[in-house]
Amino acid sequence: MSDSRLRLSRRRLVCIGAGGLLLPGCDRLNGSEGFRQVLEQAEVLHMRSQRLLGGNEALAREYSEREMSPVFRANGNTHVADREYRRHVTTGFAAWRLAVDGLVERPQLLPLAGLQALEQRNQITRHDCVEGWSAIGKWQGPRLSAVLDLAGLQPGARYIVFHCADRFGDTPYYESIDLIDAFHPQTILAWRMNGAPLPEAHGAPVRLRVERQLGYKHAKYITRIEARASLAGLYGGRGGYWQDKSGYHWYAGV
Amino acid sequence: MADQREETENGSAFVRRHRFSTRVWHWVNAATFIVMLMSGLMIFNAHPRLYWGQYGANHDAAWLEIAVTPRGEGVLNVADFTIRTTGVLGVSTDAEGTQQELAFPGWATIPSRYSLADARLWHLAFAWVLAVGLLVFLLWSLVSGHLQRDIHITRREWRVTNIWHDIKEHARLRFPRGEAALRYSTLQKLAYAAVLFLMLPLVIATGLAMSPGMDAAWPWLTQVLGGRQSARSIHFVVAFALLAFLIVHLAMVMLSGPLNGIRAMITGWYRLPPERENGT
Repeated sequence: MSDSRLRLSRRRLVCIGAGGLLLPGCDRLNGSEGFRQVLEQAEVLHMRSQRLLGGNEALAREYSEREMSPVFRANGNTHVADREYRRHVTTGFAAWRLAVDGLVERPQLLPLAGLQALEQRNQITRHDCVEGWSAIGKWQGPRLSAVLDLAGLQPGARYIVFHCADRFGDTPYYESIDLIDAFHPQTILAWRMNGAPLPEAHGAPVRLRVERQLGYKHAKYITRIEARASLAGLYGGRGGYWQDKSGYHWYAGV
Repeated sequence: MADQREETENGSAFVRRHRFSTRVWHWVNAATFIVMLMSGLMIFNAHPRLYWGQYGANHDAAWLEIAVTPRGEGVLNVADFTIRTTGVLGVSTDAEGTQQELAFPGWATIPSRYSLADARLWHLAFAWVLAVGLLVFLLWSLVSGHLQRDIHITRREWRVTNIWHDIKEHARLRFPRGEAALRYSTLQKLAYAAVLFLMLPLVIATGLAMSPGMDAAWPWLTQVLGGRQSARSIHFVVAFALLAFLIVHLAMVMLSGPLNGIRAMITGWYRLPPERENGT
């Protein structure tokens, strides 16, 4: 009898432990700045270990046309309200210019035709969303490295920042990558998707493809590319809209 | 297992049952598994649909889905079956009594309020503890002889008659006593071996295969597992297989003498259950 009473109370203890202590405990830890900083250390491990295992030049898998998703889901902003952007839509982006500035030797204002005149790369790759879904699509555009070479990076440049025309509330979207990913052969400024000009829902006229990272790194509606020495001073300082707003990892290779 | 033993005055024997390395890994792994499971359920909440193959999104057919019907009911759809799950899956009520549309309810997730970013922060940091912990434990257990001595299933134990006998003994809740209690039974060995060599490695491999960076570094891994969405499905199934192991494991601890078992896993010392006196 004493044994069964013991068992019961222990079972109750486990339940109270699980329901009463564990969850609020985890939520408290989740809100603790110190604990979050410990968890955030893993991001450096992710980046270093992946680049160690595969090398800086490892290519994302490319697929054949029959492996493509029948429908490629559009995500994030799928419509841009900005008046200047709407004017460009009506004129087929004829007067649109991509600014390349910051720590560069020769700032650029490139028309869409200028991007199309550069050597093109075609790739059928898998787009992996942070939420868990994937879609396979075909992309075409010049390598980002070709555009950066036109502008000529200054020696102090460490990050490439993408400023976008779409907004969440008052904040325009922005993302950033380091030079290893910026000069990766599959990192392109895509203006064609699945054999047609990039639709507005997917980031017309130009979006980034940075194939070894998750979807939120692939900035859409790019208007300006900025070379910077550091991410400090860029909005919240974490290098991207979702990083600053919700604490997503800047290195999104996982 | 039995390195040392002490006899107490009333004649019951205390035996050193678990090594320090086993005990440390057991508890670190237990806490890590709970964190991985609960943060994983929150990550699943961001897209509560599973697919087979390389790709899969809302326009593609899902083999498993937790959804909310237009009438506001929570449902679990698996293949062609639909199970109403309002209250738990799909639609649930949080601690403040507010109705939430979440695949897995707040009491099962880390954090308890929807945040994919925070769940990833936990999941991807503790993933290192899970993977490095398993690797170190397996290597150490190989060097120390724990695997060969305690987990290795002998040819005699693989016999159907022995396994059937073990199943019957478990079903009758007749656990080994005396010296026999110092050895894992065949079913125990099978369960522990499955966790150590199949489920944990597979849950880690499928987790890695979902990462686009790893897919570039080790493309063979995602291919072997049948594509990113297959890897995600397997990851989910194995996580629940591990949960099933945990539930059975806890039930066995409760039924076979929880105090003795838990003490042994904390201090290493296990009180040897005396032999039955009246035969069968």
